[in-house]
Amino acid sequence: MKHLKNNNPSVDTAKRSTIKKVGALAGLATALQFNPRMSAYVFGSDLPIKVGMQVHRTGIGASYGRWYERTARAAVKLINADGGINNRPLELVVEDDGTDPKRGAQVIEKFATQAKVDVAYGTLFSHVVIASSPRAAELKLPYYVVSEGHHVASGSLNRYVFQPGITDVRSQVIAMAPWVAQNLGKKVTMIYADFAFGHDHRDYFSAAMQQQGGEVIARIPIPLTEASFTRYLPKIPPQTEVLYHVMVGPGVLTFIKELGQYFGRNRPEIFGFIDSLEAVDFATPQLEFLDGTHFWEGHPRYAQSNQSEYDQFYRQAVGVDDNGASIRDGKDISTYSHMFGCWETLFIIKQAMQLSGYSTPSLAHKKALIEATESLTEFTEGRNHPQGDKIFNGKIHQCFGHQYISRVENGRLNVVRRTSIEESVYEAEADYTQMPL
Amino acid sequence: MDFAPYLLLASLEGLVQAAVLSLTALGLCLVFGVMRVVNVAHGEFYMLGAVLAWSITQIIPGHPALGFLAALVLAPLVVGIIAYCSDKLILKNLNYHPEATIVATIGMLYILQQSTLLMFGADARAVEPPFYFRVEFPWFGYSGYKLAVIVVAAVVLALSWLVLSKTRIGLMMRATQHDSEMAQAFGIPVAQVYAYVFAVGAMFAALAAVLIVPIRQAHYLMGQDPLLMSFIVVIIGGLGSIRGACLAALIIGMSDGIISMFFSPTLAKMASTTLVALVLVFKPQGLFGRREL
Repeated sequence: MKHLKNNNPSVDTAKRSTIKKVGALAGLATALQFNPRMSAYVFGSDLPIKVGMQVHRTGIGASYGRWYERTARAAVKLINADGGINNRPLELVVEDDGTDPKRGAQVIEKFATQAKVDVAYGTLFSHVVIASSPRAAELKLPYYVVSEGHHVASGSLNRYVFQPGITDVRSQVIAMAPWVAQNLGKKVTMIYADFAFGHDHRDYFSAAMQQQGGEVIARIPIPLTEASFTRYLPKIPPQTEVLYHVMVGPGVLTFIKELGQYFGRNRPEIFGFIDSLEAVDFATPQLEFLDGTHFWEGHPRYAQSNQSEYDQFYRQAVGVDDNGASIRDGKDISTYSHMFGCWETLFIIKQAMQLSGYSTPSLAHKKALIEATESLTEFTEGRNHPQGDKIFNGKIHQCFGHQYISRVENGRLNVVRRTSIEESVYEAEADYTQMPL
Repeated sequence: MDFAPYLLLASLEGLVQAAVLSLTALGLCLVFGVMRVVNVAHGEFYMLGAVLAWSITQIIPGHPALGFLAALVLAPLVVGIIAYCSDKLILKNLNYHPEATIVATIGMLYILQQSTLLMFGADARAVEPPFYFRVEFPWFGYSGYKLAVIVVAAVVLALSWLVLSKTRIGLMMRATQHDSEMAQAFGIPVAQVYAYVFAVGAMFAALAAVLIVPIRQAHYLMGQDPLLMSFIVVIIGGLGSIRGACLAALIIGMSDGIISMFFSPTLAKMASTTLVALVLVFKPQGLFGRREL
């Protein structure tokens, strides 16, 4: 029987875990004597709050994923240095979703059933978020995304999904349309990535331009995996006054280069979303034609003359220089207009957990966390919110904030306008708070 | 845009597509023709060529043309060595059994793709063209480098045809393709021919990728599309027929360019795959393939 006992894994594991706990307590006691920072956790549990982060480590969103992860790790470091959340350290459990909707949903499942995380968090590409959301609701796992699409605010997802750290496409484009119509032209041709995110641009920018007395005269969708773009360009009508582009994926640089080859100096006004050149160096040869064109930015890539102290602090914390490149490698360009969302979202999770007194991954605590997040109304500009102040609509789980319009001048982006929050607000069409938890 | 300039741009795009496709498909066709191996990893050799071209241009300082020329020589060479080793290590040990080699090359596809991901990362990498000028037509501009790609591909194809039809090496390859047992009986080292053909097939794909990488970008997932297109070309041209592959590449490249531009790229893909289906139904040996007796 002794032999059998020794082979019983559950008994063995139980013993081991008891030994581990005793060891951990002894270790903690020793650590506390020498590390004053650790004393922050003294009254709480030493068990971490686990945040499961879906990351595009591979696939077409990998450049975003790399910077999302770096930003999240920098924020976690800061949160832990300040005592964690409710006196517990924060731990990031990172899993690659391959920028693939199917894998995205699997990752959510893995977070809930294997890693047993407290909340899921992360990812960008809208098709991954849309595919992951139903699974998060089924598993009753709060899911905070940094995805930018309108899918959260539209009410098409569910009560477990929030987008509190980055504004959505609809609010971005309605803030851009008046400026585009007044300064660049009223006849617009749109070139956009042919999936949910691009469709949001198509639908809401078209409507917003119409309100401004303008018109979208042609819409040219391009598949996400396309590698050659010249074939689409003759579809741009000659009467186009403004070419509006928003592309994502590994082909973006090729797209911009081919645009330059096609038009040369005889180009219409060009207004692009920086997504078309996120993680790409403006100093790349053949991009000179972009001088004088305009871009939407979520957060100015190049440090501006009126840079806030918070942006300065955040830039340093995530390891980005004044040109938006990695401090370690000047060729590694950040996804600066999006990654701040990861930073801010983690601080919002912290705020909501503190508000709800979150301590265990029980259903009751998760429900309380969701209600606490829904009760938030505004975020003040500061170290936790370096992109700027924001308001939050708990009914549609979406924040609203400032947008930036930048002009390309000598290979860098200079901000020409920062829109007010009010310019990007629209009426909520859904109310997640009415959905049962 | 008026019809004529529209057609001109569509034709230019079609020719670039055809140029690259003919090189890639030629490699696939050689491997199938001589070895009877359906190389599913062919697209990954293409991808490897592009990624290596990027690495080589990163190492070599100075004018972009220097790095590019080095890549033009070294990238296909390295890919050729990798393919040669793959043949010796894997395919030879499977006795070139058709079903087994398909499964093995699927495995190679993943090994090559994921190794590239591990070593070079998931980012798209841009390579500067050796020269850049914009050809200004009255209606649109076009990259001078793209025009050069068409010329270089045509020269390489002509040289390959010369080697295959006029040299002793070509004769050995053709003999092996025709009847490998008889070739062996006549003293042709068939095993070596197989290894070299597999290497040369991969080198064609790598060469096409080096030519295309300054136009597009190197990315670890870029091998999928050329693989599909090459198979389409090889099936339409006739499995193993080099002449057929070249002509089919021209047909598919041009139709892809023109249909993409006048209608939509998705319709162009549908047209190509429909053509494959029609060829398989009505002329299974392909346009230039010989009917098996």
